[in-house]
Amino acid sequence: MSTATLNPPESAAGSSARTDVPGPRRLRSAPWADKAFEWLTRGFAFLVFSLLLAILASLVVGSQLSIEKYGFAFIWQSDWDPVQESFGALVPIYGTLVTSAIAMIIGVPVSFGIALFLTELSPKWLKRPLGTAIELLAAIPSIIYGMWGLFVFAPLFQTHLQPLMISTLGSVPFFGALFAGPPIGIGMFTAGLILSIMVIPFVTAVMRDVFEIVPPMLKESAYGLGATTWEVVWRVVLPYTKVGVIGGIMLGLGRALGETMAVTFVIGNAHRLATSLMAPGNSIASALANEFTEAVGDLYFSALIELGLILFLITTIVLALAKLLLLRLARGEGTRT
Amino acid sequence: MEAASSAATARPSIHTAMRESRVPESAAPSELKAKLRINKLNFYYGGFHALKNVTMDIPERKVTAFIGPSGCGKSTLLRTFNRMYSLYPEQRAEGEILMDGENLVTTKQDVSLIRAKIGMVFQKPTPFPMSIYDNIAFGVRLFEDLSKREMDERVEWALGRAAIWSEVKDKLQQSGQSLSGGQQQRLCIARGIAIKPEVLLLDEPCSALDPISTAKVEELIHELKTDYTVVIVTHNMQQAARVSDYTAYMYLGELIEYDVTDTIFIKPKKAATEDYITGRFG
Amino acid sequence: MSAVATAPSAIHSGNRIYRSRKRVNFVLLAISGLALAFGLFWLAWILGTLLYEGGNALARATLYYQMTPPPGGDGGLANAIGGSLVMVAVGTLFGTPVGILAGTYLAEYGRRGWLAGATRFLNDVLLSAPSIVMGLFVYSVYVAKVGHFSAWAGSLSLALLVIPVVVRTTDDMLKLVPNTLREATVALGCPAWKMVVSVTYRAARTGILTGILLAIARISGETAPLLFTALNNQFWSNNMNAPMANLPVVIFQFAMSPYEDWHRLAWGGAALITLTVLVLNIIARALFRKSD
Repeated sequence: MSTATLNPPESAAGSSARTDVPGPRRLRSAPWADKAFEWLTRGFAFLVFSLLLAILASLVVGSQLSIEKYGFAFIWQSDWDPVQESFGALVPIYGTLVTSAIAMIIGVPVSFGIALFLTELSPKWLKRPLGTAIELLAAIPSIIYGMWGLFVFAPLFQTHLQPLMISTLGSVPFFGALFAGPPIGIGMFTAGLILSIMVIPFVTAVMRDVFEIVPPMLKESAYGLGATTWEVVWRVVLPYTKVGVIGGIMLGLGRALGETMAVTFVIGNAHRLATSLMAPGNSIASALANEFTEAVGDLYFSALIELGLILFLITTIVLALAKLLLLRLARGEGTRT
Repeated sequence: MEAASSAATARPSIHTAMRESRVPESAAPSELKAKLRINKLNFYYGGFHALKNVTMDIPERKVTAFIGPSGCGKSTLLRTFNRMYSLYPEQRAEGEILMDGENLVTTKQDVSLIRAKIGMVFQKPTPFPMSIYDNIAFGVRLFEDLSKREMDERVEWALGRAAIWSEVKDKLQQSGQSLSGGQQQRLCIARGIAIKPEVLLLDEPCSALDPISTAKVEELIHELKTDYTVVIVTHNMQQAARVSDYTAYMYLGELIEYDVTDTIFIKPKKAATEDYITGRFG
Repeated sequence: MSAVATAPSAIHSGNRIYRSRKRVNFVLLAISGLALAFGLFWLAWILGTLLYEGGNALARATLYYQMTPPPGGDGGLANAIGGSLVMVAVGTLFGTPVGILAGTYLAEYGRRGWLAGATRFLNDVLLSAPSIVMGLFVYSVYVAKVGHFSAWAGSLSLALLVIPVVVRTTDDMLKLVPNTLREATVALGCPAWKMVVSVTYRAARTGILTGILLAIARISGETAPLLFTALNNQFWSNNMNAPMANLPVVIFQFAMSPYEDWHRLAWGGAALITLTVLVLNIIARALFRKSD
């Protein structure tokens, strides 16, 4: 609650007319100082407010050339040929969506499991160190994930796990096409897996926070009927917190969509559309990271900036939705009392 | 004494019926068949000694009330009966709570079975985030595999015994949270009896309810005791006087006096009890 | 209906449903333990790799005073370390006051009007937005306009990443200061602006400092925004108006190359950044906890 709505000291200063009692020495401050300070802060707040819009505007302006040339077809065109100056965003968009989807499919259940453990199973003394350890995953810079992925994980994955996956999952009808192809270590699946590890701390933190505010009486009611811990979490805690949980998942998704360095190292930088997850591909962020500094020609630049615009729009929408959900939760609409 | 007897006589007629159904003064609690025998029970919250050597018998199919000032341990005592404290590592109990010969404190038996046999209703209504039907069915499905028709019957029976069937029979698929406070609490009671427990623990069940809902719940308690052993914690002495057959007065973790309700409220044997009943303190 | 009431109790340990439920419970709880192990496993592996690969590089003194080498050569990371320090410092210097003042508006003057709510919302979106977009933005509005890459551009993009973090923490920390403190100060006749600056800031200073440390930790590891702004420099540079070497971009370049020496230096740089980030996080947490 702000107290700037309290009466400003002008009125206090005005009533200092009592001469019989020695009053405290009032700080002599110019009467415009308050207003000036308020406007100063308001100005910077406005600056921050307009930042997002400014970014959007500059991206739109930068993509002008590309938008004029390709229109909406940019989104589903798949060739990317700097020499012929023909660009299409399908491959990077596909890669961004697929790697993020893999990240969420792996990361969300794992986060749920960790949050469950931290709130219901962990002994009290272990909660904080475990929570901190998981949060450390978020602190590690993404370039580290990229390097580790490329130099340590991918080779091991290629020799040990990937052939196994290809031979078992790859032979399942229909679904197997997702896992076909030679084991090369890097690729969209690897990128998705590494993204999932990066997403885990964010989703876990939100889930744990909302699980902890479930009223103990509600959980005790379920335990009181003879329910097991799993049943209490799955049938009572989760439905009770579902708005917050979805908000947390969307937050993780927003992060996964925009992640650059971890993906760039291991996605393979290939402008080909492949059905197999084991194949190399490209994401919007990795395409930008790899190609922007070497791009020549206005159209090339403009196409890249349009890619950035698309990414920005997707992540902004996802993050805004996440924020809305979490706001509803905070206002008590999402959880029932 | 005046205050006590006026509390005892200034009751509406339904409560006169309750009073007349009680066992005559001569049957002390220990003379009846006991559902729960508590023997030298001690309870600790960490280092704090919350219950001190409590010994009492809870008679079968009667209503027993625990009264006393805030912090006297009445809720703590109630929650030892269904091992609710086992959820919290810093809470522990020592002593005996015998039900059907088994000591609930030290039993090797699975805690969730004990909890299913001993139902609990809490101070605030706690409907699950599911439909009214599922609220009831949830507990039943934990132990029984009923056909749709059988489950419908069970749900109707439980809601009927909780005196709420007519109010919700047309909206069983609506969320449990869409009901009023008093209805939610009766839903919780229905939920508790749907699994057919042997004992019902009520922890200040009316403290969040308006007077009309409170009266309905009290009527309900009177009917439930034909099938269940009921133990109720209440900070409202008049309620204890209206509703219970036996009353235990507790203070600072100790059982001060435990006797037939009329004795406690009209002719208490201990001065401390009399002080509390007459409002001289607490 | 009485048939329901008199049927035998199903609550006993032989109940089939009960037993299968207990099994399911055990399996699923075990899986949640596995999920925890899964998360910790990766953490341990990544940190372990970093220490192992980077540890050797960190131990060599040449890392700290030699410049980044040409392809295939050996050397150090001195210019990259220096450049990173400079740009992180300048970025923090620019971003922090903006963040603090904007956060002050949100917490102290934000009750009336639409600006505070909207800013808070957009700020939180910015907080998680892709940092590469920040780089694109600074490129478009600054680098393209002046025609060259520079350390100023790099610092600017880092400042833009600092701002949302500091706005958020300042807002949260100032909101935690109890109103009674503000009222007591104003009741003495203190003007509102001085109350905020002298009293409220002081009361929240630990929290605000924590926010700044977290922001620094965040930008220390950011690569994407620097790719299109500061670029890189093979030599030590004192010129803010020209490309400047920095750790993240050097790591990126060296790691993606085929040279062993460069890989080794990349690991060293990665270990250095991670150590810095972890230490900053630990200090920030310890500071914050002490103030409770």
